[in-house]
Amino acid sequence: MSTAFATTELRSPVDPMLPRLATIQGVKPEAYGISTFSMNFVDPVERAAFRFQPGQFNMLYLPGFGEVAISISSDPSTPEMLGHTVRYAGSVTRAIGRLKPGDTLGVRGPYGSHWPMNSQAGTNLVIVAGGIGLAPLRPVVLSVLRRRDYYGRVILLYGARTPADLLYTGEFDAWRAGGIDVHVTVDLADENWKGQVGVVPQLFYRIRVDHKNSVVLTCGPEIMMRFVIYEALARRIPKEAIYLSMERNMKCAVGFCGHCQFGPTFICKQGPVLNYAAIEPFFGKEDF
Amino acid sequence: MPPNLPRVSASVAMPKPALQRVFDNLRTARFSLIGPTVREGAIVLEEIERLDDLPFGWSDQQEPGRYRLKKVPDREAQYFGFSVGPHSWKQFLHPPRLRLLSSEKTNGNWVFRAPQEPPPHYAFIGVHACDLAAIAIQDRVLMGSEFRDPHYAARRENVFTLAVNCGQASTSCFCASMKTGPKAVSGFDLALTELPDIFLVEIGSEAGSEMLREVPWEAATAFDLGRASRVIQRAEKQISRQMQTDDLPDLLYEHLEDPHWDEVGARCLSCANCTLVCPTCFCTTVEDTSNLRGTAAERVRVADSCFNRDFSHVHGGNIRPTIKSRYRQWLSHKLGSWIDQFGTSGCVGCGRCITWCPVGIEINEEVNSIRAKAAQ
Repeated sequence: MSTAFATTELRSPVDPMLPRLATIQGVKPEAYGISTFSMNFVDPVERAAFRFQPGQFNMLYLPGFGEVAISISSDPSTPEMLGHTVRYAGSVTRAIGRLKPGDTLGVRGPYGSHWPMNSQAGTNLVIVAGGIGLAPLRPVVLSVLRRRDYYGRVILLYGARTPADLLYTGEFDAWRAGGIDVHVTVDLADENWKGQVGVVPQLFYRIRVDHKNSVVLTCGPEIMMRFVIYEALARRIPKEAIYLSMERNMKCAVGFCGHCQFGPTFICKQGPVLNYAAIEPFFGKEDF
Repeated sequence: MPPNLPRVSASVAMPKPALQRVFDNLRTARFSLIGPTVREGAIVLEEIERLDDLPFGWSDQQEPGRYRLKKVPDREAQYFGFSVGPHSWKQFLHPPRLRLLSSEKTNGNWVFRAPQEPPPHYAFIGVHACDLAAIAIQDRVLMGSEFRDPHYAARRENVFTLAVNCGQASTSCFCASMKTGPKAVSGFDLALTELPDIFLVEIGSEAGSEMLREVPWEAATAFDLGRASRVIQRAEKQISRQMQTDDLPDLLYEHLEDPHWDEVGARCLSCANCTLVCPTCFCTTVEDTSNLRGTAAERVRVADSCFNRDFSHVHGGNIRPTIKSRYRQWLSHKLGSWIDQFGTSGCVGCGRCITWCPVGIEINEEVNSIRAKAAQ
């Protein structure tokens, strides 16, 4: 591991586009084409000062390749070591995929809104994730485990296309042991799969929710979230108790580049976690 | 000679050739003068030095999709007898190409450096009221939130603004509807009204007053003030185009699926001209380059447009693959969601998007069409 510090020369007191240097400390393959990269800031002051909330994201920068917005998927109570679960989808994420422990990259953040973790004591949480949508919700699960008594029932509904696409499967037993009711499904099973087959919203049929005292937190493909909202509303969960995390093209994460607009919201600032009641007029509009 | 400078908010009369002295004072104060000049058949904004560089005796004719310069008869010749052209001041405050970052790999570690060039000192000569409003809007977008764009802020803080009250309106203009003009009311250091024999100069700031050092001026007479206000009234009367705004943004939010978007989407070429000429459109993207060994890299911010196809690209495709969806994004943002985001419309009524649209799409008419269908 290197000990050299980045010399960041600021022209004005704060340049929000200037990344800080971080070092890869570990790479853990999670699923086909998806790995979790653990990293920490090289500057010990930066490392000690960094805090984030579940659902927030960082901009990861590889010089010459570009920058991508990636959710922080690690435990918010240990912010000195940051985990980012990355799917190799484009040129930047594929370049990140070639990084090895000891390599450096640029990180700036944290950005965006976070999941509502401080609703009333005893509130039930229904966490619904599809595919890599579990990455921004993993900090929720880890935070819940640290103070499980604060919440009522906590249910995780999770699914992916195939069993090979499921994330964090090695942690599910610990999550169940910690008092989280984990339900898993796949769209397409293989010969070794003994669990549920079907799309994620169908998992609602396996649970009972108290509509008066439950909050739904969902992240996944927009089409999945549409039907999650549909199932939640059908169970009389109010719109105001449904939160979703959205994705849009993003170049700056500070509201300057204009790319991530979704109606009146900038996904980088008011999002990525949005209350459904606030965006209902825009959600699901074709090509919006 | 004792300094004899007018006080702030005073109006003074100045012989027209004395404007050169103001230019000289600005240049002595280390400002680069940016002003209107004739180039390639249009009145554009670039660095100027002398009164002769201004488009004296030129005027413009604008229609949807059409812009032509014309010479006016000598006895009507003016320095500022034209409406806004294809350029706006955003190209100086929010440059279309700007280096954000240089990275270098030393001993296996990246080192990031922000650019160190000192920001330019611009004096903007001949800013119309609509463009003053546009600058105020970009201030809110790029400096008004918890984040500040340091590049914009550094340029903006240095700017000297010499505004010009409009003496004529083009057929594309609708500043009166957007309540941004034709008179410049704030946000300037000096504001001129051009009369046949003199400039009437309104002093907007101490810095503006300072630039009248050694300039022959006299207190404006009631006659001068009356003539100047009639010049502005004439411009206001010439404005025929109207934009109704009292039902925005709700009208657009409630009609995002109106069939009219298909109709305008079929006419729009998605060429992005409107976003380039718009003085408030601020979207950018970044370009990353590196040397062949991958040991040095640059990040450059470049102007972008919501009409570009990959603007909304995410893994798996574009959010807005159709021209209809991109036009809807532009218009519903400009006139609608901008209000929710920044507390002001994104439109100042300068009319550039109408004049420079190759197929002559008129932004106010598109809103009218949606409103008319909504009323049915």
